[in-house]
Amino acid sequence: MQLISGRSVVVSNKKMTFWEKIYLPAVLNGMRITFSHLFRKKATIRYPEVKREFAEIYRGQHVLKRDEEGRERCTACGLCAVACPAEAITMIAAERKPGEESLYREEKYASVYEINMLRCIFCGLCEEACPKEAIFLTKRIVPSDFERDGFIYGKDKLVEPLDPLKRIDVSKRETKEVLEFKKDKSKRHNQ
Amino acid sequence: MGIFILYKTILSSGILMLSLLVAMYSTLIERKIAGFFQDRLGPDRAGPWGLLQPMADGIKLFFKEEFMPNTADKFLYILGPSLTMLIALLTSAAIPWGGNLVIGGKEYPLQVADINIGILYIFAIVSIGVYGIMIGGWASNNKYALLGAIRASSQMISYELAMSLAIISVVMMTGSLSLKDIVAQQHGLNWNVWYQPVAFLIFLVCAFAECNRSPFDLPECETELVGGYHTEYSSMKLGFYLFAEYINMFISAAVMATLFFGGYNFPFMDKLALSPNAMAVIGFFVLFTKITFFGFVFMWVRWTLPRFRYDQLMRLGWKVMIPLAILNVVITGIVILIN
Amino acid sequence: MMFTKYIFFFLSILALYSALMVLMSRKPIHSVLYLTLTFFAIAGHYVLLNAQFLAVVHVIVYAGAIMVLFLFTVMLLNLNKEEVSPKPVWIKIVVIIAGGTLMIVMIGIFRGYDVALKEDPFLTQIGLVKNLGRVLYKDYLLPFELSSILFLTAMVGAVLLGKKEQI
Repeated sequence: MQLISGRSVVVSNKKMTFWEKIYLPAVLNGMRITFSHLFRKKATIRYPEVKREFAEIYRGQHVLKRDEEGRERCTACGLCAVACPAEAITMIAAERKPGEESLYREEKYASVYEINMLRCIFCGLCEEACPKEAIFLTKRIVPSDFERDGFIYGKDKLVEPLDPLKRIDVSKRETKEVLEFKKDKSKRHNQ
Repeated sequence: MGIFILYKTILSSGILMLSLLVAMYSTLIERKIAGFFQDRLGPDRAGPWGLLQPMADGIKLFFKEEFMPNTADKFLYILGPSLTMLIALLTSAAIPWGGNLVIGGKEYPLQVADINIGILYIFAIVSIGVYGIMIGGWASNNKYALLGAIRASSQMISYELAMSLAIISVVMMTGSLSLKDIVAQQHGLNWNVWYQPVAFLIFLVCAFAECNRSPFDLPECETELVGGYHTEYSSMKLGFYLFAEYINMFISAAVMATLFFGGYNFPFMDKLALSPNAMAVIGFFVLFTKITFFGFVFMWVRWTLPRFRYDQLMRLGWKVMIPLAILNVVITGIVILIN
Repeated sequence: MMFTKYIFFFLSILALYSALMVLMSRKPIHSVLYLTLTFFAIAGHYVLLNAQFLAVVHVIVYAGAIMVLFLFTVMLLNLNKEEVSPKPVWIKIVVIIAGGTLMIVMIGIFRGYDVALKEDPFLTQIGLVKNLGRVLYKDYLLPFELSSILFLTAMVGAVLLGKKEQI
């Protein structure tokens, strides 16, 4: 049979020699190896003082973006919920009333939008599916909690703040390909 | 007589404190060394370099819930850990910790009891050491604990034999059962390990087994027995069991240094020409260095070798160690006869 | 000397009490542990007689090896259940007669034998390693060697019994 990896070793039941049988050389060799580890560089990062660099496109807690005028982008189309492999996203759509134009960009919006962070696997498929550039994964880490209920994040935790200074920057996630894509006039459904 | 009793009281309480202190800090050192062997740093948050970690652990153990299974044998359940701790602390009485101090023309040996059968005394203590584990394991009324206790007892009985046979060859060379004589004979660099390397090896392996240390830690084997004999223990009762293990380690390192590595003797000790008091103090620190080294070896081996399987353990004990030890005794006897 | 006497009485009472408790305790494990305690008390008596070697060997052999094996077996047998069927009366009578006879014989022996001590029992030297070894290997060499052969036979027998295949 052709071996796929080509790395497997056939088990041999060969007789051990005397030196192998008394095990001491092997034991001493093992001890030599562990001893050499005493002087290796340590892998520990001393957390509160030193923080580990995140990747530029780290996928952490989600954010629901607002547009430049502070209106929610999400239109509750449900594509993210469909795309989600862990079925972590649920939403209830609602119709925009007159006078709420400054709050929601489209006529339809999500009155309830929940992500269960215990189910979420942070794959980023919701972000990919979103046609409105509304949901993004950010570098923030989902904090721990004592209750399971605390991990169901509603709009209060997901939508970014209205204050322009407190907006969450996702420009790093807009890679060259994304920007190229946005230049295509025929697909400018976002603006 | 009064001064004598006072001196012995001070000495024995000093050694008791020393054992407890060493055991306390070996827990930290063990974790540090484990960390370093695995390219980590180990605990370093409590105090500088983690020096207060043992205190933190102790406080934590004291504040944990005292739990007792309602089917347990109440008296024996408490007796188990206490007995383990008591027996672990008993051994240090016979070990000579240094030469004689001379104060006001009188000699004060740095040894609590110079019994003329010192080695046998240590053996007696080691052989009853298994009671604490067995009683605790049985009294918990738990299958895992009972299995752990049974493993512990059979393992300790098996390795005791090889251990004593290994020491017999040392005793044959020295011609005395007193630890003081054995140490005195290894003056300078005339250490027993040069004459009895095989006996030393057997003793080392058996010491690992007697202390229930890895690679022979089958009695508490987490992968199979949850926690072994201390599965049902919590709070300071568990602390006693864990603590006793470190005291046992310290004492067996001391016995090893005494029997095979010259105790408080060190090379070129005659050339220093110091007063007996200075020599006693230096000797104590020399012995302590040796003990530290062997303590390190205990931890080094623990974080290097995987655990033995039970049948391998028994085969090693009965089919390798004991015949080897008997052979060693016979060869030693022949050599002594020829000389 | 008064102090040693107090220790002697303490150890004797301890030995007798724990020996009685071996018979009277309900759980077999407790019996085994009381027996161990008896052995320790007797080892203490040896120490009082200045026979440290005997004391230590007693502890190693009886408390350290034999009683551990006893404990081991009793633990595995799980004898926690209360004894249901009481022994018939005639067995009790026979046991009492046999025990009483043994006691009478023992008393008779000690009455006929001059137990007056020639020296202070607390200062005797016979229990030290050197004297004991001299006696064993000079005066009683033949019985000593014979008993070792007996042990060897017992060991061979145990190994034979422990072997699985038929011989």
